[in-house]
Amino acid sequence: MATVTDVRTQERVSTGAAIWSWITTIDHKRIGVLYFVTSLIYFLVAGIEALLIRLQLATPDGEILDPDLYNQLFTMHGTAMVFMVAMPMAAAFFNFLIPLMIGARDVAFPRLNAFSYWTFLGGSLLMHSSFLFGQAPDGGWFGYANLTSKEYSPGLSIDFWGLGLLVLGVASVAAALNFIITIINLRAPGMTLMRMPVFVWMTFVTSFLIIFAFPAITAALIFLEFDRLFGTNFYEVAEGGDPMLWQHLFWVFGHPEVYILVLPGFGIASEILPTFSRKPIFGYSAMVFAAVAIGFLGFSVWAHHMFTTGMGTIADAAFAGSTMLIAIPTGIKMFNWVATCFGGRIRLTTPMLFALGFLTTFLIGGLTGPMLAAVPLDLHFQDSYFVVGHFHYVLFGGLILALMGGVYYWYPKITGRMMSEKIGKVHFWLMFMSMNLTFFPMHFVGLDGMPRRVSTYAADMGWEGWNMFISISAFGIGLSVLVFLHNLVVSYKKGEPAGNDPWDARTLEWAIPSPPPEHNFDEIPQVTHRDQVWYDKYGEGHGSAAELSKVDTSVAEHAEEDEEHDVHMPNPSYWPLLVSAGLTIAAAGLLIHILVAIFGVAWTIVAIYAWSLEPASDPPNEH
Amino acid sequence: MSTEAAHTDEAHATTGHYVRIAIILTILTILEVATYYVDIPFALLIPLLLVLAGMKFALVVAYYMHLRYDSKLFSGFFFFGLTIEILLLIALMVLFGIRSG
Amino acid sequence: MSDAALAHEAHEEHPTSTGLNHRKILMWAFLGSECIFFGSLITTYLVYRGKSVVGPYPGEILNIPLTSVSTFVLLMSSLAMVLSLAGFERAAGAGTDEERRRSELKKGRFWLLMTAVLGTGFLGFQVYEFYEFVHHGLGLTTNLFGTTFYVLTGFHGTHVGVGVVWLVSLLVLSYFGKVKPLDVELGGLYWHFVDIVWIIIFTLIYLIPS
Repeated sequence: MATVTDVRTQERVSTGAAIWSWITTIDHKRIGVLYFVTSLIYFLVAGIEALLIRLQLATPDGEILDPDLYNQLFTMHGTAMVFMVAMPMAAAFFNFLIPLMIGARDVAFPRLNAFSYWTFLGGSLLMHSSFLFGQAPDGGWFGYANLTSKEYSPGLSIDFWGLGLLVLGVASVAAALNFIITIINLRAPGMTLMRMPVFVWMTFVTSFLIIFAFPAITAALIFLEFDRLFGTNFYEVAEGGDPMLWQHLFWVFGHPEVYILVLPGFGIASEILPTFSRKPIFGYSAMVFAAVAIGFLGFSVWAHHMFTTGMGTIADAAFAGSTMLIAIPTGIKMFNWVATCFGGRIRLTTPMLFALGFLTTFLIGGLTGPMLAAVPLDLHFQDSYFVVGHFHYVLFGGLILALMGGVYYWYPKITGRMMSEKIGKVHFWLMFMSMNLTFFPMHFVGLDGMPRRVSTYAADMGWEGWNMFISISAFGIGLSVLVFLHNLVVSYKKGEPAGNDPWDARTLEWAIPSPPPEHNFDEIPQVTHRDQVWYDKYGEGHGSAAELSKVDTSVAEHAEEDEEHDVHMPNPSYWPLLVSAGLTIAAAGLLIHILVAIFGVAWTIVAIYAWSLEPASDPPNEH
Repeated sequence: MSTEAAHTDEAHATTGHYVRIAIILTILTILEVATYYVDIPFALLIPLLLVLAGMKFALVVAYYMHLRYDSKLFSGFFFFGLTIEILLLIALMVLFGIRSG
Repeated sequence: MSDAALAHEAHEEHPTSTGLNHRKILMWAFLGSECIFFGSLITTYLVYRGKSVVGPYPGEILNIPLTSVSTFVLLMSSLAMVLSLAGFERAAGAGTDEERRRSELKKGRFWLLMTAVLGTGFLGFQVYEFYEFVHHGLGLTTNLFGTTFYVLTGFHGTHVGVGVVWLVSLLVLSYFGKVKPLDVELGGLYWHFVDIVWIIIFTLIYLIPS
């Protein structure tokens, strides 16, 4: 299958043309790669920020960072990890995999997809450009009013944050709309909703959460920016405004956001575990309905972030109750994953190790969830390192480990080469051990009263031992990321050729060459079963190895016929990039001068017209 | 109900049908505005206004936006968003009511 | 924002899993999302109702008769919108009957123009209303009422403005034969949505006394 790669690279030899082809690409696979590489860069940036924070906290009365810089670092670490690492890296998987998994040639709106990526890039660059001016956002990723008001945060730091997030929100909603419609409308014949891979379902639910949760933070951010730029009174206490409004709107978005972050991890684990247990996912429909239930309940729990704000006992009890309800669907998923492995013929490959690592650490993060949902406990835990430990177990354990597993699992499909298993196992064990050693002790110092978001602590608090331990472990995570990068690069050049289906896997993407041709499928597959590729290989039961060759030969035959199939792919376009650029300029203009903002809006309007008048593809001649 | 499919192309696309809806909408608006001039007890006024607005909303959504005849999927998207928002609105009004009361 | 830009994105001739058009689902999903956005603005207005520490207060300044007229204008624009769509649909369904096609297309264009005119009329009322309020001492930053009122109705007005531009663009494009009934339908869905948001705003902000 390496021949496919060679043919593709030979087509584009000149670097200028290659770069141009990436700029104008509307191929979901290339956009997926762009998302992945960009989010990986932000992962390194935000990771370095975390290590600087840990350097500062390694010793009491640390003097490495001054409090101002410390605030900027923890704010940007949180904001970047959520909006510029977790979400876009999940989007990278959505982009690359969703059309392949449902048997489509691209997403429903390929140019809108490119627009989502460029807008994400624009928004994230806008926010990070604040470092150049020494005015990085410093109000926390939650940006509580009225700390973010002009009075308490003069300068532009919060504006970089607010406007950057507004632009990122546009990108997220556009991408989510695209995936919803792709999944609804571009499924291959026979791919009913209940035959879709679980990963597709998780993407579906995640996208719904995005389109219904983001408008709340959009409104809250617009209020914030109106307050800061035009002097309105939304969060002005002296004028009767109420900072609680920000907290409510932020968490109405913020809690569904938690599921937006973690459901893609669920989806990835739900693909890896069955493949390496050689069993179908246990309780498929329960998995689907549990995810839908989590999506619904996710909108009813936001105020559990606000127990200490004095909402009154009735409200506290209601939100504690709805929060604990979420443990039920999550528990269903947990047991189903375990049951998927139970009795299976387990192969402990690197992706499988990461999926199992996900299972165990997410369980710990999940269990501290109901502890925090209990109001009396939460009043004690609030703003302590216990909370930091909890959500890092959920997000690092629940998402990053799953994403890492996903990279190892799909890397062969994306590049045509296997990642090194040997380095992969070193990476897994180093990362898994270090992350547990980093985040577990945070629960102890948290229970001991160590506050989060504070740049230092006194020597007589008795926290220095654990903090030194945590900081050393954190550098272990850093080291494991370097091992991962090394593996990514080395395997790209020297990895074993992967073939179509290196893992003996189950879903449609494994029936086509690695890397997939631009049009994905020579013929749109007919789907008759869940785990179609597995069914094609083995039928209902476990077949012999002889049957395995069936798929490979059929694909080879199709490849030869390739010339005869007139597959009509949409044309590349640079208008999505230009619309995104216009939006970013408009947002940046609000920081610089109103005329720049007007210029940006005008640019955007012109580019939208050009986009809508540009034909999506050559005039159809095949029908 | 069985004739609903036959309705889709013919009945709802006629000018007369749309004008009839517009007349009902106008009457409802007149009733709404009339509440401003007529003395109605406060406890009655708010439910009355909400019902009138709800009827107008429903008429436009059902007939002008064709949701009554169109795919249930479209209704699903719209009413999911609407329901979440109404519940959030009520919850926040209660929560802020507790704060100030 | 980008809906107009998607005008030619989808391949209408290709079958879809549900038989529904990509862009129409996109429009409805987008409107579902917009519900939350406007809902957040309306909720903010309502939780801050009566919290202003200085005047002018809504009861002193809201002009119910004037707004009733502008509400009616926007309502009638929705009627014009459906009549326009009906015209475009009948024109497309006229088949070989060239005369009928042309007369229906003419009706479609006329009502499209009327929708845009009525929408512009609504915006005119809003500009006048804002102007009057400012003269009565209510600015964007005067008090909580001014802040929440202008931002809510301003964002609604911006949506109306985008809608007017959209409809005029459709009208112009229709002379180049580039407008299908679906294009008008999508613009119409957006337009009616803006109308129903105003139905809610009119009741909650103007009619319910504070």
